[in-house]
Amino acid sequence: MNEIIKINALNFYYGDFKALNNINLDVFKNEVLSFIGPSGCGKSTLLRILNRMSDLAADNRVEGEVKFKGEDIFKLDAIELRKKVGMVFQKPNPFPMSIYDNIAYGPRMQGIKKKAELDEIVESSLKAAAIWEEVKDKLKKSAIGVSGGQQQRLCIARSIAIKPEILLMDEPTSALDPISTLKIEDLINEIKQEYTIVIVTHNMQQAARISDRTAFFLLGDLIEIGNTDKMFSMPQKKKTEEYITGRFG
Amino acid sequence: MEIINTATPSSNIVKSNSKLINTKRKTKEKLIYIFLGLATAITLGFLFWLVGYIIINGILHIDLIYLMPAIVTTIYMVLIGLGIAVPIGVGAAIYLQEYATEGKFVKVIRFATECLTAVPSILFGLFGMLFFVTTLKMSWSLLAGGLTVSIMILPTVVKTTEEALKTVPISYREASLALGANKIMTILKVVLPSSIPGILAGIVLSMGRIIGETAAIYLTAGTVFGFPDSIMNSGRTLSVHLYILAKEGVSLSEAYGAAVVLLIIILSLNCLSYFIATKMKKLK
Amino acid sequence: MEKTMKNIFWLCAGLTVMCILFIGGFILIKGIPFFSHTNLIEFLFGQHWMPSGEIFGIYPMLVASFYATLGSITVGIIIGISTAIVITQILPTRLADMCSKTIDLLAGIPSIIYGFFGLMVIVPILEKHFGGKGGGLSLLAVIIILSFMILPTIIRMTEVSLRAVPNEFKEGAYALGATRLQYIFKVQLKAAKSGILAGIILAIGRALGETMAVMLVAGNTPLIPSSIIDPVRTITANIAMEMAYAAGVHQQALFATGLILFVIIISINICMQLLIKKLERR
Repeated sequence: MNEIIKINALNFYYGDFKALNNINLDVFKNEVLSFIGPSGCGKSTLLRILNRMSDLAADNRVEGEVKFKGEDIFKLDAIELRKKVGMVFQKPNPFPMSIYDNIAYGPRMQGIKKKAELDEIVESSLKAAAIWEEVKDKLKKSAIGVSGGQQQRLCIARSIAIKPEILLMDEPTSALDPISTLKIEDLINEIKQEYTIVIVTHNMQQAARISDRTAFFLLGDLIEIGNTDKMFSMPQKKKTEEYITGRFG
Repeated sequence: MEIINTATPSSNIVKSNSKLINTKRKTKEKLIYIFLGLATAITLGFLFWLVGYIIINGILHIDLIYLMPAIVTTIYMVLIGLGIAVPIGVGAAIYLQEYATEGKFVKVIRFATECLTAVPSILFGLFGMLFFVTTLKMSWSLLAGGLTVSIMILPTVVKTTEEALKTVPISYREASLALGANKIMTILKVVLPSSIPGILAGIVLSMGRIIGETAAIYLTAGTVFGFPDSIMNSGRTLSVHLYILAKEGVSLSEAYGAAVVLLIIILSLNCLSYFIATKMKKLK
Repeated sequence: MEKTMKNIFWLCAGLTVMCILFIGGFILIKGIPFFSHTNLIEFLFGQHWMPSGEIFGIYPMLVASFYATLGSITVGIIIGISTAIVITQILPTRLADMCSKTIDLLAGIPSIIYGFFGLMVIVPILEKHFGGKGGGLSLLAVIIILSFMILPTIIRMTEVSLRAVPNEFKEGAYALGATRLQYIFKVQLKAAKSGILAGIILAIGRALGETMAVMLVAGNTPLIPSSIIDPVRTITANIAMEMAYAAGVHQQALFATGLILFVIIISINICMQLLIKKLERR
């Protein structure tokens, strides 16, 4: 297997608070990797480091190394990195503009101006996010007007439109109803042929349903990582077992 | 399909191409940053220039004894304006906030206040001159001027009072009502006292507007320079005085002196209003 | 007691409404009779204002007010929005706080001081560099002082609306590889547009309605300006300048001028309010 991201001895601090403690972890190409663990365990923090959204936090400090395709991400231009490593957030956050403009936002930023080209990207992205049929007649309508589940799929389409190699998802279904959640999960299953997906989730069934491997975090430490099936059937560490059987968290 | 992404590293040509786009983007962004910085420098630079210029040229020409009639007239104007507008404005705000239910009447009132805010002071002046000065035969007088400015500041008073009343928690009202107080007691003893800082900040703001006003007062209170004996006399406020000195262009040092006094009064009032507002926030 | 007080408060609210109706009505009643002397079209499009010959056309003043407002709003929007962006998005918090407080403080400076400053400083500079028929008293001088006079209003409203844009949009844009500027210009400003527009309306009202400061630097000749350094007379100045001594038809003509100004201001306001409502609904 070839690893697309390599994390070596990573520590992360918010001010004096150490949020991540000596993390070593690889992400393989075209896998779905899920991060689980109780609130405040550092799983979202780690996810946000991978595309350096962590830069936005005030007073943060990183030690250690994260390599994306062999290059140290902290030496790369953050903007370029984020074009390769897309992100979908907990709360759907479409921009207050039309559906079309939302999807075309990223490509336009990269200098694509031709309408035909943009049209094609918008269509293919929306199709890839399995929402084309629902919105093709209202591309010029505001993206705020559609349902929460649709908004989240739009956000996924918006990320896909910049052709990233990795998609980071930060609890993408926690604000959605069960049916919309299922649709997103189906979508993840479909697009994993083409993307590497790292997903943070609170929902262990979700991790079990969609991910190839699972990593369990607790209080800033990576406790255990392994194949999802194996981890859920026979976890190696006691803490992991306690968490996935619902004894805490 | 277009979106299929081969994760192999891009070819060298593509790489150098994207680098070119990058440097182009960076130069463009640098230019935008320079422009934004320049705009900010112009804003702050101009404002400091204006204040600095007035103070440097005027500070040695402050002659409070000579300016006294204008200052006294200004105080009269503020007292009359606030004396009329504050009770009516606070009353209207109480009605809107405590009694009225969203309906046609409230919509009309809100629309009217919006419009009153938009009307330029020269039109208030024109109205004051037509109505108070001519029709009601008050002639050019402090009373006519004061009535005119009171209408002018009315929307500000209503709006700021409403905002202040909104900040009083509903729990206060409920507590008072639960103790057996009726609505009017609740408003007078609980709601109004706890919103006084907000109302005060609005009043100070309105004071600033009256002191700084020229057009409306020029047309209604006249330009006689002297101590007014009664509110039926004509008078010249500081702002009008500055206008006339500047227009005549004869005694410029006096104009600078008047300008600096006016500026200091207004800036201190703004500081005061800011101070009250901060205090109010802390109380919350 | 309860009932009486309620009625008193109701009366206060009613009085506020009465004021606007009364002002509007009064100016209307006093302005209308003039149109039996000069009809509306002649009044609006007449090129000459000669009270002694009883010729009343306010076209030159309309043009001057239009140019002055358009010019100052353009400058004010460009500089004001840029400044607001720098304050809210670029400067470190403490410095930004200081800047925004300074600008707030200066927002209250009376317009007459701007006018005085314009007369003493800006007009001589313009005369030195451009000359012009009015010796520096010009449309350009009016635009300059109005621009700076309305800046605090635009900056304030833009600041507030930019700060109100939810952080999620920022994260969304950054995650797509947007730079700070791309986020600000392509997402944040769009999300904040209704608030910014409200600020611009306020500023238009102020620029269009300003009288005394403008009178000090405009030169006040009632002619259509052929260049930006020509002296002009605005609608507002026309009322204030001649009101003191006008009588008869001349006075009625000034009332009618006020009526036109009133109608313009109220229509701009209503249109813009509708536009904002439409933007917000979307």
